[in-house]
Amino acid sequence: MGKQKAAVLGVGQTKYDTTYPGSMAGMLREAATNALQMSGTCWDDIDAVIMGKAPDFFEGVMMPEVYLAEALGCVGKPIMRVHTAGSVGGSTACVATSMIQSGVHETVLTIGWEKQSESNAMWALSLPQPFATSVNAGAGGYFSPIIRRYMMMTQAPELIGCMVALKDRRHALDNPYAHLHQPDLTFEQVVESPMLWDPIRYSETCPSSDGACAIVLGSEKVAEAHTGPVAWIKGIAMRSESGSFGGRNMVSPAASEACANDVFAQAGIHDRRKEIDAVEMYVPFSWYEPMWLESLGFAEKGEGWRMVESGATSIDGGDLPVNCSGGVLSSNPIGASGMIRFGEAALQVMGLAGDHQVDGAKTAVGHAYGGAAQYYAMWVVGSEK
Amino acid sequence: MSDEVLTAPLVLEYPFTRTTGPVIGAFLTGLREGVVLGVKRTDGSVMCPPLEYDPITSESLSELVPVSTVGTVQTWTWNGDPRPQQPFSQPFAWAMITLDGADTPMLHGVMVDGPDQMTTGMRVELVWRAEREGHITDIAGFLPAVDSATGEPGALPEGVEEVRSVRTPIRMEYTYTPGRALSQYLRAMKDKRILGDQCPDTGQVFVPPRGVSSIAGKSTLPDLVELPDTGYIESFNITRVPIKMRPDLTPPYVSAWIVLDGASVGFMGLGMNVEPEEVRVGMRVRAVWKPDDELEMSAQNILGWEPTGEADEVIDDYSRVGRPQREGAS
Repeated sequence: MGKQKAAVLGVGQTKYDTTYPGSMAGMLREAATNALQMSGTCWDDIDAVIMGKAPDFFEGVMMPEVYLAEALGCVGKPIMRVHTAGSVGGSTACVATSMIQSGVHETVLTIGWEKQSESNAMWALSLPQPFATSVNAGAGGYFSPIIRRYMMMTQAPELIGCMVALKDRRHALDNPYAHLHQPDLTFEQVVESPMLWDPIRYSETCPSSDGACAIVLGSEKVAEAHTGPVAWIKGIAMRSESGSFGGRNMVSPAASEACANDVFAQAGIHDRRKEIDAVEMYVPFSWYEPMWLESLGFAEKGEGWRMVESGATSIDGGDLPVNCSGGVLSSNPIGASGMIRFGEAALQVMGLAGDHQVDGAKTAVGHAYGGAAQYYAMWVVGSEK
Repeated sequence: MSDEVLTAPLVLEYPFTRTTGPVIGAFLTGLREGVVLGVKRTDGSVMCPPLEYDPITSESLSELVPVSTVGTVQTWTWNGDPRPQQPFSQPFAWAMITLDGADTPMLHGVMVDGPDQMTTGMRVELVWRAEREGHITDIAGFLPAVDSATGEPGALPEGVEEVRSVRTPIRMEYTYTPGRALSQYLRAMKDKRILGDQCPDTGQVFVPPRGVSSIAGKSTLPDLVELPDTGYIESFNITRVPIKMRPDLTPPYVSAWIVLDGASVGFMGLGMNVEPEEVRVGMRVRAVWKPDDELEMSAQNILGWEPTGEADEVIDDYSRVGRPQREGAS
């Protein structure tokens, strides 16, 4: 018996913001309730809950999954937590999908979240260690040298990153859930925003957000019985690699390319740029858009920035709209960010993306990465089985 | 070389902020006002402390009801060695206490002279802390109740400000041990020597040493290799704004990946004695050591990395970092 088919029946989100006004449990409950509502299911229909978030230090609640069963209607059912750093939202959706593909469950609720207002992610990522020396602080200081290498490798114009940042913030204006809504932001303001981790400017970084994203997944039988639109899952893939070894390709890690090759092969995609209608990729720092365009095979090596420059990744006339939701650059509840990419890709092929809908989108990609660019998760979803 | 394991204390602490939500927020508001609130389930039973969602049916709960400050011990255990932050500093009993009017117990401390004074079924009364702020610590603990005590449920005054968030400082104390490979590396650091370890299959050299090759999955111990304190910058970041957690670093400063001569991987080091604008990918650098009389078993002996003035390292592939093999290896 091969893999069973699986589909997205519903996606639920909270309004991403600096502070979610309720409890952590209440935040998850809201996202889950919204997903149930779209999927036309109720708590009793859910066979299992698969959840994921980034490190516990981000809120200081150790193993929050142990107190969330009742908030997620999971009393008496299996509950499981996935953890792969920043890619966790994507990995969690992959694990949940595999629960259906394997025939173990018929209907699964999967959810990712972060409540960054309860702590400080930069502190949590910069914990002291005895005997050691550290000059790093937060994720920006880690990724800036990699971006510098990409810029040197491709000789890309210096302001490509600013173009990505402005595009994603414009996209966010059509997504009511996005954290940052900056209607008056200009290109000049992005360019003139302070350099934080040179070459990364303030406006080229993601915000700190609270939020949760939930997805209800169903088997072929459940999806066939569903009256609304569904997103069929055409492929899921996860890869990882060591964060440091000699000769490591840090601009386009081998695990990233392998993950993309696997998921597109499963989905039967040959010409990635032509056959994919919308991409939700994990871009916490603006330059990662051209970098991932190349790594995921949407552009030739060294050419990703040209797609950005030409406007190819904009929802306004681009042939490969990227992050129509506004992306991580506009909302970053870390543990949810991957799940949002996956959920937004599904909404596009379901035709339910609202004002940031890509007309006629039939096939879309969700993508997430994490750690020292060492964990990858992707899925391809389509409107047709 | 001594095989004694190095250890050091490691303390992690942070004042987390917790948004409470409507039910826990109301409970904490009650505590501040000297009223204990429970939450009513659909079957009429009352949970105290309250929960936002029903533990059996998952229903959202919202009907808060005052309960008594007197209750009954359901079960207990003796705590002869209290730790900081526990309800009492003297030995006390941990007890599951069901307050009158509630159907579920709360865990708290009962102050008595010894375990012989504790019994299941005994009546206890809540003791409030003198200064209350809307936090679980507003309950100081419990004392044995006199027979006549009823602890009539109070009522929450109207119009009081609701507790919406609380500070929950968390502190964890560890004993950190760097492990065998890193301990050797740290000892050598005291003599201004830099040790790495080598993958038995690929010959790759890792600095600092890891004790295991992440490529081959094999041990690299016991023999470490010594490296010079010179190398090159393979890429770098310039931090241009102050980082709150690092008041010791004044922006702008350069954090660079340093690849030592003979090493296969880089590590992050501080650029020194060079303007950030002059730092280049490929720039040759050497270690700046602390004065000899300040050397310790610590990587902090290297203050940073300064240019040597030599010609830049030639980099032919900007996507790859480090060296796939040790120089001179086949």
